[in-house]
Amino acid sequence: MTVLKDIPEKWLPVVLPIKKKKKTGFGGGKAKKKRTEEERKVKANDREHNEKFQYASNCIVTSKYNILTFLPVNLFEQFQEVANTYFLFLLILQLIPQISSLSWFTTIVPLALVLSITAVKDATDDYFRHKSDNQVNNRQSQVLIRGSLQNEKWMNVKVGDVIKLENNQFVAADLLLLSSTEPHGLCYIETAELDGETNMKVRQSVSVTAELGDPNNLASFDGEVVCEPPNNKLDRFCGTLYWREKKYPLTNQNMLLRGCVLRNTEACYGLVIFAGPDTKLMQNSGRTKFKRTSIDRLMNTLVLWIFGFLVCMGVILAVGNAVWEREVGSLFQSYLPWDPPVDNFMFSAFLSFWSYIIILNTVVPISLYVSVEVIRLGHSYFINWDRQMFCSRCNTAAESRTTTLNEELGQVEYIFSDKTGTLTQNIMTFNKCSINGQTYGEVDPLGKQRKRLDFTPFNPLANPDFCFYDEKLLESVKVGDLHTHEFFRLLSLCHTVMSEEKSEGELVYKAQSPDEGALVTAARNFGFVFRSRTPGTITTIEMGRTVTYSLLAILDFNNIRKRMSVIVRSPEGRICLYCKGADTVLLERLHPCNQELMSITSDHLNEYGADGLRTLALAYRELSEDEWEAWSESHRCADKATDCREDRLAAAYDKIEQDMKLLGATAIEDKLQEGVPETIALLSLANIKIWVLTGDKQETAVNIGYSCKMLTDDMTEVFIIGGHTVQSVRQELRSARERMIELSRAKDGGKTEGMEAWAEACFMGNGMKDGQEGDCTSGRGSKQLHCSSFPPSASGDMDSISGEFALIISGHSLAHALEADMEAEFVSTACACKAVICCRVTPLQKAQVVELIKKHKKAVTLAIGDGANDVSMIKSAHIGVGISGQEGIQAVLASDYSFAQFRFLQRLLLVHGRWSYLRMCRFLCYFFYKNFAFTMVHFWFGFFCGFSAQTVYDQYFITLYNIVYTSLPVLAMGVFDQDVPDHRSLEYPKLYEPGQLNLLFNKKEFFICITQGIYTSVVLFFVPYAVLSDATQSNGVPLADYQTFTVTTATALVIVVSVQIALDTGFWTVFNHMFVWGSVGSYFTIMFALHSQTLFRIFPNQFRFIGSAQNTLLQPVVWLTIALATAICVVPVLAFRFLKLDLKPQLSDTVRHTQLARQKRRKPAGRSMAGTWRGTGSVSEGRLGARGGSRRSGYAFSHQEGFGELITSGKNMRLSSLALANFASKHSSSWIETLRRKKNNHTPPSTSGECSPAPSNMSGMGPALSNSSSVLGGSQETPIEEETDTAVVLSSLSHPAASEPAEPRAPAQVAPADSSTSAAARTDSPGGWTRSLETVQVSCFFS
Amino acid sequence: MVKEEQEESPNRPDNTAFTQQRLPAWQPILSASIVIPMFVLIGAAFIGVGVALFIASRDIQLQELDYTGDDSAHPCYKCRSSTEKCTCSMTFSIPNLFKGPVFFYYGLTNYFQNQRKYGASKDDNQLYGDLDYFKDPSSSCDPYTLDSRNIPIVPCGALANSMFNDTFSLSHVVNGTQKIVPLNGKGIAWWTDYNVKFRNPSVTPLINAFNGTKKPTNWPKPAYELDTTDVYNNGFINQDFLVWMRRAALPDFRKLYRRITHDDYVNGLPAGNYTLTIEYNYPVYSFNGRKKVVLSNVSWMGGKNDFLGIAYIVVGSMCVVMSIVMLIVYAKFKFAEDD
Repeated sequence: MTVLKDIPEKWLPVVLPIKKKKKTGFGGGKAKKKRTEEERKVKANDREHNEKFQYASNCIVTSKYNILTFLPVNLFEQFQEVANTYFLFLLILQLIPQISSLSWFTTIVPLALVLSITAVKDATDDYFRHKSDNQVNNRQSQVLIRGSLQNEKWMNVKVGDVIKLENNQFVAADLLLLSSTEPHGLCYIETAELDGETNMKVRQSVSVTAELGDPNNLASFDGEVVCEPPNNKLDRFCGTLYWREKKYPLTNQNMLLRGCVLRNTEACYGLVIFAGPDTKLMQNSGRTKFKRTSIDRLMNTLVLWIFGFLVCMGVILAVGNAVWEREVGSLFQSYLPWDPPVDNFMFSAFLSFWSYIIILNTVVPISLYVSVEVIRLGHSYFINWDRQMFCSRCNTAAESRTTTLNEELGQVEYIFSDKTGTLTQNIMTFNKCSINGQTYGEVDPLGKQRKRLDFTPFNPLANPDFCFYDEKLLESVKVGDLHTHEFFRLLSLCHTVMSEEKSEGELVYKAQSPDEGALVTAARNFGFVFRSRTPGTITTIEMGRTVTYSLLAILDFNNIRKRMSVIVRSPEGRICLYCKGADTVLLERLHPCNQELMSITSDHLNEYGADGLRTLALAYRELSEDEWEAWSESHRCADKATDCREDRLAAAYDKIEQDMKLLGATAIEDKLQEGVPETIALLSLANIKIWVLTGDKQETAVNIGYSCKMLTDDMTEVFIIGGHTVQSVRQELRSARERMIELSRAKDGGKTEGMEAWAEACFMGNGMKDGQEGDCTSGRGSKQLHCSSFPPSASGDMDSISGEFALIISGHSLAHALEADMEAEFVSTACACKAVICCRVTPLQKAQVVELIKKHKKAVTLAIGDGANDVSMIKSAHIGVGISGQEGIQAVLASDYSFAQFRFLQRLLLVHGRWSYLRMCRFLCYFFYKNFAFTMVHFWFGFFCGFSAQTVYDQYFITLYNIVYTSLPVLAMGVFDQDVPDHRSLEYPKLYEPGQLNLLFNKKEFFICITQGIYTSVVLFFVPYAVLSDATQSNGVPLADYQTFTVTTATALVIVVSVQIALDTGFWTVFNHMFVWGSVGSYFTIMFALHSQTLFRIFPNQFRFIGSAQNTLLQPVVWLTIALATAICVVPVLAFRFLKLDLKPQLSDTVRHTQLARQKRRKPAGRSMAGTWRGTGSVSEGRLGARGGSRRSGYAFSHQEGFGELITSGKNMRLSSLALANFASKHSSSWIETLRRKKNNHTPPSTSGECSPAPSNMSGMGPALSNSSSVLGGSQETPIEEETDTAVVLSSLSHPAASEPAEPRAPAQVAPADSSTSAAARTDSPGGWTRSLETVQVSCFFS
Repeated sequence: MVKEEQEESPNRPDNTAFTQQRLPAWQPILSASIVIPMFVLIGAAFIGVGVALFIASRDIQLQELDYTGDDSAHPCYKCRSSTEKCTCSMTFSIPNLFKGPVFFYYGLTNYFQNQRKYGASKDDNQLYGDLDYFKDPSSSCDPYTLDSRNIPIVPCGALANSMFNDTFSLSHVVNGTQKIVPLNGKGIAWWTDYNVKFRNPSVTPLINAFNGTKKPTNWPKPAYELDTTDVYNNGFINQDFLVWMRRAALPDFRKLYRRITHDDYVNGLPAGNYTLTIEYNYPVYSFNGRKKVVLSNVSWMGGKNDFLGIAYIVVGSMCVVMSIVMLIVYAKFKFAEDD
């Protein structure tokens, strides 16, 4: 079945159409589009002309049915399901009197039930689709009709119309941007819904139309656009505008696509090019692949087998019938003549075959499918209802968007995760810095005196959200340390951030990349406020003093340069180059005299890198006027060059970025989502392999790998595959493999320690017996049986790799590795590694990697991501998870499950997934069992009734057995059962393993079930047979009549299967009690009712069993028979289970047992829980302790190049300092006025950058400063230059610091109570932290 | 949880035991302290019941007389292929008192009353006395719905048509003279069959109801003449007819013919010689069936049934044995209860 539709209301209108696109086949909009469009011609403002082409209107129809078509279409769809058709076929068979061994209603009742439930569900879905369609179609938009703007519904918007969009409106159709209220015909859009990217994008109209401007001119615009037909390529558009005998090329840069939102733009006008179903948004929402779980596939296989089995039984019984009719029946004709049309034993056998197919069809009852759906639906609701997967910050609950995959969540072996937004929050925080060899921001991780600095008294423009904890840095700024000032000046100048000042003091930075924003914000808080910029100037407020630099050049960032610089001229006339960039490139370009500082800073950089921070090195260089002139000339030359402009520019940049002086380094934390390292640790304990697939750069990705503990310094080796050619990639892979084998052999050969450690860890995680001794060597052979976690050997050496390896591969290498001839090699290498990081991968490659693992590993894969670039992998993985609560919705739409935080994954998999799998397996086992037990009795009876397809049971019993008597208890088990409570499955991740190994329901288990079922059927037939054939009532009436036999067998069956479900149920909630007892009760009630005189008197022909219930069930012999049959069926099962529990306990049994024992002893429940967390926490401690030797650093630059050019050209800028001017006119705010006045008449003395402590009004600052006297100590002069009235504002602005934010580095903070244990374990175990963790856990468990 | 978060977001799922899967539940576990005693108890109970059943069954007396007559020496041999009315008699002796009440059964083997078409070949509406179905019997009765002249057959169907029609009489040889043992034919059918399921049409005399119908082809006399002496044993509510119509579950069956509850035989059949006289009408030779007469008495648990007692004893012993095995296993692989 499909989807639970709980998409947040906000998205509903736009989103639902996307989802339900597949239905447009029935929609009206699409119907016209029979002919393939080769070229689209649209003439503006000319509806008559455009109508000739019959382009799709902007009306969107995603609903499937209307009132008239509902019944036929829905039934048609339902009968496309094989199961439904099968039952229809049976129904038809039953209508043939010669064949019909059962009344037609035995099939039609369940079938009708199923069909109507599905129909109701479909109807509800469609109703909501209608509603959302209407909502979207009836949105208002302003259309330019005959020169005037008129409100029109979206659905009435036509191709060729010119429509007006206002700020924050959704774009109604795919538009060609004609003009905008912003200069240069620019407008800004947010494309989150289209591609998931939350940053703003700029669109620009063709210059000729940009000049048109207002509606009057636009009304007369009659250009014609010729462009490509509708397609789904979001980033490409190709067309030509013909207007006034001229051609203008059109690109994607001129297009506003449906689904985008207009931002920061007052209004704009656009020409509708594609409408409704032709829009890129709708074209992109292709039919989602219908995912099936492995259990589903197994079930289908089994159903086929059962069907084969059914046919076999039919054939056996038909042959039996032929023989019987020939040998016995022909002689018996005096009493039962053959039917005239039959009159032949062969034909009789043929009919008998079909008759048996009918009565034996209950081995695959229709209720199987229904029950499976119901159970999955229940599990989905449990996921939706889980409060522990609710994110209060984003106010989003987890959502199960499909109901078909739940049990597969319990079998995941590979997780493919996106990085940005999934592992990380995509929030960069300025965390540490190193200035002139002094590091700041190192705070004791235990946080005794972690106090957030309060910047407000010091700096009214500070961003209140900024957190920093090291007061030394603030002091250094205050005392006016030259280097510190220069450091922050660099940060405030060298960037491409745009600022916007909405109201006084409320600066909003629009950064291309979040790390740049973080740096500029840091500078802002430390008193170097970037205020505004024009193409030629940058205005900052340095320690309260407004300074305007003229911007001479931006030496923009690109991926090869890995740095950016600005050249500015200070008001004093000093020309300075400020450069920030990756340490690797920057440190090479320093002046030789910086050697010492460089080595200190480089140490700091390594430290930062080891902490998983993103680093940048900062340097500057003063330029003389001559130098500048000279370079400027060469730069201009390069800029104007027509050939190799890029290279020439790079060379020019390179020339000037030399001999710089090192200022220091910054460390930015790419904030992880909450609980990511713990989750990853837990999931890898559950033997799930996690691959990170990211579009980010290698350094960033590796850093995140370290900070979320996928990579650790304990790892044996980290391989980096970065080759650009097929050969080099192959070579790198090969050498990685060789190295792995070599290393693991060295280790194994030495002491077989890795293996041993692993076996031990495994055993201890599994067996839980005499763990403290760790006495594994003796019992290793046998105990390894438990350790099924070890990858099954398939290709020799690679599978027996021990040791912890990691593989990092970049996109271009991956492209080669994914080629057909190398993929096997790649898979075997990558799968031998504990962690795999693929960086710089395209969305397509993400999907390819997932497909690769699906193909080669036969493992269940899960992909998790948040952005549009993850959609492909989410769709191709077995299970796709979307991170919701972020801005983009594409990933969520494509996903099967969505929730707000990565850490919920552990609960989704280890708790919900595990339970779902367990429940589904138990359900299936029992279900097949009960139906074989039920049906096979007919088979045995066949041998005694002349193979005549005589049923053993009453037809009502056959009808009701599956839908009433036995459905609810097993459903209750399938929905509610728990073997161990949720927190235990998080504590013992090894409990997850049976799912991965597919242990609970597989072909073997299936055979066991049906064998048990057949055994039960034998007992149920032959015990009554043996007893009743001779037995009589106490009044001498024999009990061997058919109806007594039927009632006895049926009652015994109901009791046996009820006892069996009672045995299978491990978690007796009130529902289980109700359903189990209720089912048995309902059986007796219904039977007595059906055998009552009342019903018989009304329909003598239908209720032939009158009196049987009373007559039979009053006989002690009957009850003795039932008791005997029950005992024979159940006792062996009970004994077998008990012995299995004792001889070969599963981990879950052990945990359950311990749990019970613990409950008895009333130990505090929370204890071992805390232990586990301490255990996982200690991992991070371990990492900190084990640092050293590894030299890593990452540089924090994630934005695209070319933004600098936009700035200097002034294109993306509003009128220079527009914001400021506007703002000043609107508000007569005192201090800003003052600032402006100052700016105008104050000529600052020429200084070399550090802020001269100007005479300030200390008395005015007093009250404000006193708030933070502990920080400032009142020791120095406040380096803020303000007028008297500032203080008033200041004190009004100075509000208490915002509440302490969430702990940024949670793992490091967890009290390392057990770290001694884990450290000890680590030192002697090259197996790495997994093992140490396990040890910790086990020790926690035993404590 | 604490109820302080009153102003929760509406998106937050409800905090109920049901939605959070924290329903209180009983979590049984197959621990040794439950399973082993349970097995011992079950075993003991089964053995007890089994012994009681076995003893009860052993005390039941049973006399079986096969009168198929396939052996030329058999007195009924002559009747086997005779088309005429044929009577034969067999003698047997009862060594000890055959404790009463004694039940007189006839048995048939290899007779497929449980054949689907045979069993379906009747019309319950007709048998319920509905005159509409006298005129137009259900087609399920085929090929015994209508006779060759399209006159409806009442009662229709193969089941009724094949009604067993041998009759028996039993005489006690006392001092060389035959003393008829009175046979009681009352109440040999199910109460519900006699009172509810089968009804004669409310037409008096009964014969009028059968106007325009024919008797089943195999019947010597029509339904309304089955017992002309007793109006409450005639037509569809004739006890022998009811017994026959309650079809057997298995191909070898016996049906109650009479009870011996009168006169000198209230306490049973005294020891001595008896003669069974059979009016041999019912052909079984063609399909290799056998016919027999069974005399039996019953205990508290019904007729003779050795299987039940033995099965109970066997299952009970198995349980006991199993519990011992489990105890050994448990002691050997003792569950780590102490950690």
